[in-house]
Amino acid sequence: MSGSGASAAIRVILPYHLRTLARLEAGAGGEVKLEVSAPVTVQRVLDALEAKYPTLKGTIREYGTGQRRSFLRFFACEEDWSHEPVDAELPAAVASGREPLLIIGAIAGG
Amino acid sequence: MSKVRVLVGTKKGAFVLSSDGKRKDWEVSGPFFAGWEIYHVKGSPVDPNRLYASQSSGWFGQILQRSDDGGKTWAPAGNKFAYEGVPGTHQWYDGTPHPWEFKRVWHLEPSLTDADTVYAGVEDAALFKSTDGGANWEELAGLRKHGSGPHWAPGAGGMCLHTIILDPGNTERMYIAISAAGAFRTDDGGKSWKPINKGLVSGTIPNPEAEVGHCVHHVAMHKSRPEVLFMQKHWDVMRSDNAGDQWREVSGNLPTDFGFVIDVHAHEPETIYVVPIKSDSEHFVMDGKLRVYRSKTGGNDWEALTKGLPQQDCYVNVLRDAMAVDSLDKCGVYFGTSGGQVYASADAGDSWTPIVRDLPAVLSVEVQTLA
Repeated sequence: MSGSGASAAIRVILPYHLRTLARLEAGAGGEVKLEVSAPVTVQRVLDALEAKYPTLKGTIREYGTGQRRSFLRFFACEEDWSHEPVDAELPAAVASGREPLLIIGAIAGG
Repeated sequence: MSKVRVLVGTKKGAFVLSSDGKRKDWEVSGPFFAGWEIYHVKGSPVDPNRLYASQSSGWFGQILQRSDDGGKTWAPAGNKFAYEGVPGTHQWYDGTPHPWEFKRVWHLEPSLTDADTVYAGVEDAALFKSTDGGANWEELAGLRKHGSGPHWAPGAGGMCLHTIILDPGNTERMYIAISAAGAFRTDDGGKSWKPINKGLVSGTIPNPEAEVGHCVHHVAMHKSRPEVLFMQKHWDVMRSDNAGDQWREVSGNLPTDFGFVIDVHAHEPETIYVVPIKSDSEHFVMDGKLRVYRSKTGGNDWEALTKGLPQQDCYVNVLRDAMAVDSLDKCGVYFGTSGGQVYASADAGDSWTPIVRDLPAVLSVEVQTLA
């Protein structure tokens, strides 16, 4: 897939409150499918996610800076991608749709 | 017959409490936006079915919700609050410069003349305006760029713009208040602003009579007298008779003059309400007794209102936007507590009953009087 410009169905799993905000069906398990052309990166996945669900704009990454909100993390293939460059290519298993990109909220607060 | 709708924002969602004009039997709907902090919900005086709600979270930031059917259904509106130009810095808790950073919307004030126009007071302190029903927001940057801006500092709850008062007789005049910068007034529709803090004395700041730096908790006005303002400051209940140009203390015989809420009777502009809180170190009511204090003389002479309110083992707080009045006769008064109770009085405060007892901690209460 790398750099080919081909499009794949990427799987993204959202945390509970963003599922509600995006009005996903309850049975979907918080998973959305997105068409993302290669190279598949966190930035391109989030661009596609926000294009499909505009109500999620500003909830995962800050307006203006585009920075990941500090209480959220990105995981792919059991690895923390939160601190990787947002234009780094995600693992092939995510790019092919075999594995999801997980957006996880910190277990914190009251 | 008239109806009332009480809009309640809590730490874990919004609730709508409805009753007829008797205000005896209540229908409770919600939670809306369950699990999110709802700092404020307020309806348009032009179209009472148009409601705006501020939904926020430490995880996911700010969402702005809008209802066009009186709170039955909601849809997200715009949530992009971008400061105009280079935001610059304000003072941090330790006195060092700190960049302006948007955190949340504390207060929404719908226009008195247009249902699609609404103002938002935000943290870090700034005033935004939408003229398209909340879809897009533009900062009224003259406030933040007032020369005193770099000297503003946060209160314990953050540097929040929490009070917005629109003058019903003068569309160009507006009052706002910021913790802990103070109160400001515009006479040109928000282009330029003037600090209105003369007479405020705050012993905890280096210059107790400084132009800015006062921790104003809330300001209230009666619509028939827009030049008369009542203020609950961090400590001290204050009054101005000249649109904030000069303030004088009217704490009088209150048992403590620390508190957050202040409001004015709907039909008696000299009748005002506060809920004294023991101190800024102990954010709960005094002596385990929940007492609303009412003055019928515009301050100084206060009476405790206790009928129906717990008078032992009560240790709740009432936050700055958590009191409101309806416009029925007799005037209804409502407030919500950190313990999740929303109390209502259908007789101007003489007696109280809880509408609900076990909501999440209440952040805000607003009331709509419906025909």
